[in-house]
Amino acid sequence: MLKDITLGQYFPGDTVVHRLDPRTKIVLLIVYIVALFQAVSWWSYALVAFVTVLAMILGHITPKNIFKGLKPMLFIIALTALLNVFYTKGTPVVEGWIITWEGIGRSAQMILRIVLLIAGTFLLTYTTSPIALTDGLEKLLNPLKKLKVPVHEMTLMMSMALRFIPTLIEETDKIMSAQKARGADFETGSLMQRAKALLPILVPLFVSAFRRADELAVAMESRCYHGGEGRTRMKQMKLQGIDYAAFALGALFLAAVIVLRHFGL
Amino acid sequence: MTVIEFEQVHFTYPGGEREILCGIDLRIESGSFVAVLGHNGSGKSTLAKHMNAILTPTEGRVLVHGIDTADESRLLDVRRKVGMVFQNPDNQIVANVVEDDVAFAPENLGVPPEEIRQRVDTALRQVGMYEFRQHAPHLLSGGQKQRVAIAGVIAMQPDIIVLDEPTAMLDPQGRQEVVSTVTRLCRENGMTVVLITHHMDECVGADRLVVMSEGRIVADGSPAAVFSQVELMEREGLTVPETTRLLFDLRAEGFDLPLDALDTEACADAIAGSLKRS
Repeated sequence: MLKDITLGQYFPGDTVVHRLDPRTKIVLLIVYIVALFQAVSWWSYALVAFVTVLAMILGHITPKNIFKGLKPMLFIIALTALLNVFYTKGTPVVEGWIITWEGIGRSAQMILRIVLLIAGTFLLTYTTSPIALTDGLEKLLNPLKKLKVPVHEMTLMMSMALRFIPTLIEETDKIMSAQKARGADFETGSLMQRAKALLPILVPLFVSAFRRADELAVAMESRCYHGGEGRTRMKQMKLQGIDYAAFALGALFLAAVIVLRHFGL
Repeated sequence: MTVIEFEQVHFTYPGGEREILCGIDLRIESGSFVAVLGHNGSGKSTLAKHMNAILTPTEGRVLVHGIDTADESRLLDVRRKVGMVFQNPDNQIVANVVEDDVAFAPENLGVPPEEIRQRVDTALRQVGMYEFRQHAPHLLSGGQKQRVAIAGVIAMQPDIIVLDEPTAMLDPQGRQEVVSTVTRLCRENGMTVVLITHHMDECVGADRLVVMSEGRIVADGSPAAVFSQVELMEREGLTVPETTRLLFDLRAEGFDLPLDALDTEACADAIAGSLKRS
């Protein structure tokens, strides 16, 4: 049951969006978010939404995938929408009501903004493998090394954590089965009781995680790991034609949104 | 040529009471396949960890290609000469993709990217895992994972490969895969192999068998010669191959039989020969 959990949620594929360099995709996501927050009117929202849908089609990501990811956010979306409906001043829908036309319009835009924001982020994680993502991040953050930020160590930790997620999930599953076999009950009782029942899982899990970490450190040292200095990479990231094209389109998109904003659209 | 040399090595864990290694003298020759056999707590894993400077002797010294392992400034030189494979395959694979994991050691050594690619492909072919290069390690079987770990070590191009109980967590098929892989690496690629194990059947194919007990070497010689010391092996809580056992029991009954016929056929021939004579 625990095996169904997928973190990072990457859908392998070979589309244009998949083939883009991870660095390009990270930068474009930032551009996209900036553009989204520059949008003021329905016209600019329509443009952003159009670009999002276009990217989804190119990356073979169905709306279903996006909505699945949206589910945990429904509460926040609903709350934002409600607050905006009630707290925006303007012409009331019916004389004497607190709900205004402006409020309805504004909350609709808010919903759209959050949905587009999440959809954009998912487009990145759905089409980029976690490893490519951390590699891209390391490359992008490289200049920070000059400021003594441990970029290599941070990204190594990230990819190592990703590597061990399935291993630890499998281990948790095993421990849970072992505890269940001895009569442990994780499903019934009050919240407190269930939380307490988790303790016999967490303790062995942590002990084993530490032992693994120790063995892994020895194994890494045995393979001549001595920090990020002087390391080379087998897979060199190289920006291709499509990356430059994507950058150009991204710049064009941002410019368009800013121009629309300038005219109040 | 001697590649690893132990000179009167004693070892006690810091703060520990018991001496784990009590005066080991051992020379390992280039290109040989050495198996180290011993029950739990005999010090065989500690011995292995001395070979690439994970542990350094409390007394005495270990030389790898003439380099003292206690010399911290030569640590990387020792480790790139001696590759180490550990017991738990999960805890030595660092990357999410097989080929990236194999590339880890050469990347650490600063090898140029094109050469890493070559080394990775060669290493994966040598262990027969080339078709799996794009796979996620956690979806492989135990034996396959362990072969990836071996590839990860040979991509470093070491002279010596030390395997510390690589089969302890594997099923029989996985054990077979690992043992035949390392045997092939030794026979075909001339790599020196040190295999630490407690399965006596994995030692049969070795050139030399070293038996450890209580931090000492109690027997050292060809597998046939070592296994024929049946009483010694049993005293150390180790089993001998069934063929040796059979020959030993028959000898006790007064048959004139040699003890060094290890494989089934040689054993059958020996018994048939003895019956013809009598």
